[in-house]
Amino acid sequence: MTKSLSKPLTLGVLLLPPAIVYAGLVIWPMIQAIIFSLYRWNGLGPLQQIVGLGNFSKIVGDEVFRGALSHNLIIIALSLGLQLPISLGLALLVNQKLAGRSVFRTIFFMPFVLSEVITGLIWSFIYLPDGGLINTLGGQLFGMSKVAWLGNISTVLLAIWVVLGWKYFGYHLVLYLTGLQNIPQELHEAALVDGATNGQVIRHITLPLLGPTVRLTIYLAVLGSLQVFDLVWVMTTGGPVNASDTMATYLYRFGFQRFQLGYGSAVALIMFILCFGFSLIYQRYVMRRDLAL
Amino acid sequence: MNRKFKISTASIAVAATILAACATPPAPGAAPAAPAAPAATTAPAAAAATEAPKATEAPAAASTGAVKITWWHINTQDNGKKAFQAVADEFMKAHPNVKIEITVIENEAFKAKLATNMQSGNPPDIFQSWGGGVLGQYAKAGLVQDLTDAFKVDNFADTIQPGPLGLYTINGKIYGVPWNAGMIGFWYRKDMFKKAGIAEPPATWNDLLVDVKKLKDAKITPIALGEKDKWPGHFYWVYAAVRLGGKAAFDAAYSRQGKFSDAPFVKAGEEIKKLIDLQPFQEGFLGAAYGDHIAAMANGKAAMELMGHWAYGADSGSAKDQALKDYQDNIGWFPFPTMDGMVGDPGDALGGGDGFAIGKNAPPEAIDFVKFFLSKEHQTQMAKAGIAVPPTVKGAEAGLDNPLLKEIQKRAGAAKYFQLYYDQYLPPAVGSLVNDETQKLFAGTTTPEKLAAAIEDAAATELKP
Repeated sequence: MTKSLSKPLTLGVLLLPPAIVYAGLVIWPMIQAIIFSLYRWNGLGPLQQIVGLGNFSKIVGDEVFRGALSHNLIIIALSLGLQLPISLGLALLVNQKLAGRSVFRTIFFMPFVLSEVITGLIWSFIYLPDGGLINTLGGQLFGMSKVAWLGNISTVLLAIWVVLGWKYFGYHLVLYLTGLQNIPQELHEAALVDGATNGQVIRHITLPLLGPTVRLTIYLAVLGSLQVFDLVWVMTTGGPVNASDTMATYLYRFGFQRFQLGYGSAVALIMFILCFGFSLIYQRYVMRRDLAL
Repeated sequence: MNRKFKISTASIAVAATILAACATPPAPGAAPAAPAAPAATTAPAAAAATEAPKATEAPAAASTGAVKITWWHINTQDNGKKAFQAVADEFMKAHPNVKIEITVIENEAFKAKLATNMQSGNPPDIFQSWGGGVLGQYAKAGLVQDLTDAFKVDNFADTIQPGPLGLYTINGKIYGVPWNAGMIGFWYRKDMFKKAGIAEPPATWNDLLVDVKKLKDAKITPIALGEKDKWPGHFYWVYAAVRLGGKAAFDAAYSRQGKFSDAPFVKAGEEIKKLIDLQPFQEGFLGAAYGDHIAAMANGKAAMELMGHWAYGADSGSAKDQALKDYQDNIGWFPFPTMDGMVGDPGDALGGGDGFAIGKNAPPEAIDFVKFFLSKEHQTQMAKAGIAVPPTVKGAEAGLDNPLLKEIQKRAGAAKYFQLYYDQYLPPAVGSLVNDETQKLFAGTTTPEKLAAAIEDAAATELKP
């Protein structure tokens, strides 16, 4: 066995099992989904009714889908505008030499450890109009009148986003902490010695050096927001009247509940194009310098 | 050489382990994360076929036997669960080569799980079915067995009441059989009505609207409704359509000689809108699941509900101590009121039942078990125990002692026009849309005309003549 052959061979042998699994569980279903999306099919029996791009034009024309897409975009905006800055702020605080900061880190990370279904169930109870935590405390402490957080069209999306933010801010916090710890302390000390205020240190040294981490968390937050399903489904099934629908709940309802698998596959394809497109563009233009090999 | 040899051996060992791990596919029919409605209480209960909130799965230990039958049912209440298991045990004792494996799932989770199995062409041997167009779709795809011939043996089909059995008959062939069947009606609290100054239950729709106002004045929540699940609300609209259009309008629309956007269906929406505008439902009803709805009735938080024959079992099953006593002492039932300008008979009913369908891969013993389950003795026993209420086997109603359920059974049997809930009668694409659109009526985001038009659009595409 010559040296030039054994290395690729070893690589091939090691990569073959995961490649087979990937091809079988990811690539093949994707190809199937593309095929299904061209048909009208109820999932039972053979594929019969081809409709070409008919599903896609129906999706784009459906105001419920457009609403679902807008909800995804709202969740992205709230995540980028509120959740990430809050995580960053807390990370900066927790990074200081406070007593018990590892306790804080653990507590902040705990929501992430819960499963989405359990989180959804717990928060459904918290949001209950009759006897739920928020309404009971609000009534007793602030004299607030009862609000049906999950039953009210105007509050439901915000209520769900609060739960999403609560669940994932710990994850971003841990990422930021790691990033912060990679910044050499000497830079901070040098700046402070030169007379910079703490605020200036954060603005001119910490944040720029945290750039790669911030870009990464934005990437993860956007992708996660585009795909959110479990939490929304458990809490509201996309209701009431589609007020909290996301693309994924829309897909589930049509693909599985209404037995319209062709249509559902088309929705899945659109979601894939959006996520993949964002991923490619973001990695090429924004994360380029972070990923340069 | 030595090092290379060690590395290649190690790599092959790793590869082999990975291959071995990848070789076992995930178990087919593994339960997806079941989104159960929040459990209202944990009280074990007297049961009826229910949409009970607790999601439980009880896979029996698999053992080798000559015949294995998988049975999925939705009786999550202790009472029903135990009774079903007891019948299975009895059958297994009489047929030692048969092993029946029961899976108990909550209603909504069951629909999701069954859909996956159906779409992969792998139905369970015996499973819960409501008949109608949904069963019809399975039959068309060859996923359920035609039981007509099997039921001719010993004239089994004649032992079942014809009305309910008809719901499981598609194009003259029997694809399933019901073990309970009843109708939807208003369950109401007599004590709350009295408190609001209502002497007797309303006979007409306008009387109902007046009574709702009286209840509101007396600071009582008039109606409990779990509209997050959508199907409880669709009962209102469908019943109004049953009153105002009768069998004729529905049959015409269904056979595509008429439309779902015809006048009776629009008028149905208008009448229901009158009720919705009175705001008779509990706070946050749009976000309340059926489990919350049951809790509201069980805890005496609302005066009435429009619900099926299983409501008595479900509500009392969730009530405890004083609330349970109050419920049982004061609950009454009245049929959906008559409406001005109605077509058809005041006795026309919206209802349905729970039944079994047999999967295409099931062994003949599965059909034997179903017949065994539906023996007159078993049905009478279950009627007495409050599980199969009302029963479908002729003569088993003698076991019913609850007078309300007796009345329901009588009326259901006497109804000249018996309509199965639209969301089961119509194929899933349309039925699911009826649920979604009627929810919009309750939320105030659609009009009666748009509602009827949306249903018509879906029907036009899905219901080919």
